[in-house]
Amino acid sequence: MSRAVLTIEHAGPLTTVQDAGRPGYARFGVTAAGPMDRLAHAAANVAIGNPSGACAIETALGGITVAVGEGSIAIAVAGGAPVVTIDGARVEAWSVHTLGRDARLAIRPGRWGSWTYLALAGTIPAKRWLGSSATHPQSGFGGRIIATGDTLVIDDARSGPVTPRSLPLPVGARPRQDIRVVLGPQDRFFSSEVQQSFLSGVYTVTDAYDRMGMRLGGPKLAISGSLDMLSEAIVRGSVQVPGHGDPIVLLADHQTTGGYPKIATVIGADQDGLAQLRPREHLTFRTVSPDQAVAAARIRDRQNRAYLQAIGSKGSRQ
Amino acid sequence: MSDQPPVIRDLGDAGLLVEFGERLDEPTYSRVRALDRALAEEPCRGFTEAIPSFVSLFVGYDPLVTDGIEVREALLRLIDRPPPPPPDPKLHTIPVHYGGANSPDLDLVAEKAGLAPEEVIAAHLEATYRVYIYGFAPGYAYLGGTAERIRLPRRDTPVRSRPPGSVMIAGGQCIVTTVDMPTGWWVIGRSFCRIIDPDAPRPFLFDLGDYVRFTRADD
Repeated sequence: MSRAVLTIEHAGPLTTVQDAGRPGYARFGVTAAGPMDRLAHAAANVAIGNPSGACAIETALGGITVAVGEGSIAIAVAGGAPVVTIDGARVEAWSVHTLGRDARLAIRPGRWGSWTYLALAGTIPAKRWLGSSATHPQSGFGGRIIATGDTLVIDDARSGPVTPRSLPLPVGARPRQDIRVVLGPQDRFFSSEVQQSFLSGVYTVTDAYDRMGMRLGGPKLAISGSLDMLSEAIVRGSVQVPGHGDPIVLLADHQTTGGYPKIATVIGADQDGLAQLRPREHLTFRTVSPDQAVAAARIRDRQNRAYLQAIGSKGSRQ
Repeated sequence: MSDQPPVIRDLGDAGLLVEFGERLDEPTYSRVRALDRALAEEPCRGFTEAIPSFVSLFVGYDPLVTDGIEVREALLRLIDRPPPPPPDPKLHTIPVHYGGANSPDLDLVAEKAGLAPEEVIAAHLEATYRVYIYGFAPGYAYLGGTAERIRLPRRDTPVRSRPPGSVMIAGGQCIVTTVDMPTGWWVIGRSFCRIIDPDAPRPFLFDLGDYVRFTRADD
């Protein structure tokens, strides 16, 4: 282990440090935050020998450029299909490398995907709060926003031995357009015609998309009756419908409660793929039962575990 | 009526929403808190967290361990039993600065309520508030008890930015904000009291069920 110093030469908006999240404090208004694409985040970490829930840098469509000013460090990139270069030479989007002194890594948007993770072999300095270093940018408690000009000092950098290798893409890495939901808890606030247009219509991701949620364009969803609803708990995946009638899917940094009706909840298994959609891409919704949602969560978990085990630093080589 | 079984709804594979009613009243809110306490004492299998709200309790579960059917049964058993006793509430006193830049919406509230700005302040100060829930953003405690004559619906269009410490009202509720967030509520004062002390062992000032009085701070 030795020291490595990284300079952030460029960081687009919404670049943050995320660990697996800060669950369990929603009762105090604290959202769990954590990665938008949880599997890709875990993949970048385990590929390099970190615990799956370690801190990694989450980048959005603005990309990131990192230069090593001192020392050397192993890194892994995963999530979406970005254009990744090291010293100007193209490397695989999902891959593991060692960056030596003066090396420059750039991640820019590529063919698809909204979120990419850069994991470092070492501890990324970020403020811990309530047991987690996940960044909730709106509140500023815990974590770290990464901005152009920042310097990251990694005191326990590991640089090898790492054979550069590319990582296979897991099932579910791609943006998902066929989104499964469980109806409710306020589906009764919408007429059957409105529910039908929600389930049969084609929606488009708008530019109003950040870590809090994704506003969709498409068939407007009129609310029947009064909007006079008491605030209640919101979960990741809640599809809330404010007065404007455009559904908003709430994601990693969602508010913990809200008073708008929620027509449905996106099942856990489809949330990573949903998050990888980009503005102007399309999606549709279809219903499943709660039992089917639980079954899908278990199948996805088995797939994810097998994948992470296979790409672990002691696993496959290439 | 308080013996009626709650309506339990599925939130995907994340958890269940246990609804004890649709209107905020004491029996309904007590049942929310009673189930919350019962779960804290005796969490059901796969339980992840509970989020109390005015008339409902969210009960999260790990879908790899359990499912909605099993959790539902466990909750109904807990609801049928006498709950653990509630803790004794505390009374907190919070100084508020009113007027000028501290009260960007005071004049509008006064106009809509048909009162003078000083009467709005007096109405805000006369009530004893109760801490019902935390929600929306870290440390946002929803205080119930705002005087009838200054109750207004939320704005149609939220304001993008209000500084932390904004004392704001909407309907029968009041919040002292902790972070800068967009809001449709009406900001009538400013407090420098810290609801969140991020580095303290107990980072959140209020427990649910506590009481709050506001006093006028000297400017």
